[in-house]
Amino acid sequence: MSNNLILWEVFIQSKVNLPYKHVGNVHASDSEMALQNARDLYTRRNEGTSIWVVESKNIIASNPDESEAFFDPANDKIYRHPTFYDLPDGVKHI
Amino acid sequence: MPNSIFEDKINKDLKIEPRDEMPDGYRSHLIRQMSQHAHSEIIGMQPEGNWITRAPSLRSKMILLAKVQDEAGHGLYLYSACETLGITREQMIEELQTGKAKYSSIFNYPTLTWADIGAIGWLVDGAAIVNQVSLQKTSYGPYSRAMIKICKEESFHQRQGYEIICTLAKGTDEQKQMAQDALNRWWWPSIMMFGPHDKDSNRSEKALNWKIKRESNDSLRQSFINKTVPQAELIGLKVPDEKLKWNEKTNHYDFGDIDWEEFWNVVNGKGLCNKERIEHHKKAHNEGEWVREAAVAYSEKKLNKKVA
Repeated sequence: MSNNLILWEVFIQSKVNLPYKHVGNVHASDSEMALQNARDLYTRRNEGTSIWVVESKNIIASNPDESEAFFDPANDKIYRHPTFYDLPDGVKHI
Repeated sequence: MPNSIFEDKINKDLKIEPRDEMPDGYRSHLIRQMSQHAHSEIIGMQPEGNWITRAPSLRSKMILLAKVQDEAGHGLYLYSACETLGITREQMIEELQTGKAKYSSIFNYPTLTWADIGAIGWLVDGAAIVNQVSLQKTSYGPYSRAMIKICKEESFHQRQGYEIICTLAKGTDEQKQMAQDALNRWWWPSIMMFGPHDKDSNRSEKALNWKIKRESNDSLRQSFINKTVPQAELIGLKVPDEKLKWNEKTNHYDFGDIDWEEFWNVVNGKGLCNKERIEHHKKAHNEGEWVREAAVAYSEKKLNKKVA
C-alpha cells in the first residue's frame, strides 16, 4: 500500500510581498513531488507566486483547549493599542 | 445541564476545528458525508473522461480536460478535509472500493452522446452547486473552507455545460433532438441528487441541528428547479415533467412525483454503471501501485545518498 507517502502542509503566497497562507495539504514521497502536487492542486488558476511545503509532522500547534490561558498575557495590555492614549484636540500627524 | 463548548460553538455559528472536542455522532456523520462527497468528485471523472478523446473540437477538448482535472482537485480537497477527522486516505479508498462508502448515484448513469457532457455540466454540476453553496456555511471548519474553494471553481463547470447544450439547441433538428434527449435522461436523476424528501430522510434532522447541513433536501431541490426551468425554456427545450407548472401562490414551480424506486435501485448497486465505475477505479488504483512504489523507493535512495 502507499502508506509510505508523506503528508505535507501547503502554504501559498498569492502576490509578492504578501504573507504565506495555509491552503491545505498533499501526499507525496519527497519535497520535489510535494511542490509539484501542491502546484497542480492549489494553483490551477494563478492563485500563487510562491509555494512552501512543510512535512505535517514538523508543525507544532497550540492546544485549542488551552487557548484562553495561553493567550491571556495579551488581554489586559490595552496600552499596546494606539487608541489607548489621550491626545489634545486638534493635534495633527500623530 | 450547562452547554458543552461544542454546543456553544454550534449555537454561536462558530466553526468546529479538527482538534476541538466533538460528539462521536458528529464526527461519524461528517466522515460519511465528506468521504461520500470526495468519492463523488473522483468517480464523477469517469463519465466525463469517457468523452475527452471524442470531444468535437480542440477548444472543447481542452475545456473538458481542465474540468476533469478540477474534479480530481475537488476530490483531493475533500479527502484532505476528511482526513482531519482521523480517517486515512487508504481507509477511505478501501471503503469506496468495497462498497461500504457510497458516492452520488448520478454517476452510475452512462454518457451516451456529447450532449450528455453538456447535461452533466449544466444539470449535475448545477445541482451540486446549489448544494455546495449551502454547505459553505457548514459547521465543520475544514469542510466549509473546502466548499468555498470548490464553489469558486465550480461555476465555470456549469457554464461550459450550458454552452454545449445551447450550441446543440441552436443547431440542426438532429442536434436539437440530441440536446432534448440528454435533458430527458438527466433531468430526473439530477433532481434525485438532493436525496429523499425531508419526511423520509432520517439523518437530515440531526445534520441540520449540528449545522452540518444548512438547508433541507426539499428546499435545495426546489431552489435548483426554480433556477433551471427558465434556463431550459430560454433555449427551447422542454423539461420532461408534465406536472411542472409555475405556482403564483408559492412562488415556486410545482413538479411531478419522483420515482424513488429507481433512486434506491441505483443507490443499492443496480444502476447501469455501478459495477463498471468501481471496477475502473480499482484497475486505475492497482495499475498505479508501481508508480507509488517507485516514488517512495526513489526518495529513500536520495535520502540514503545524503546520509552517506
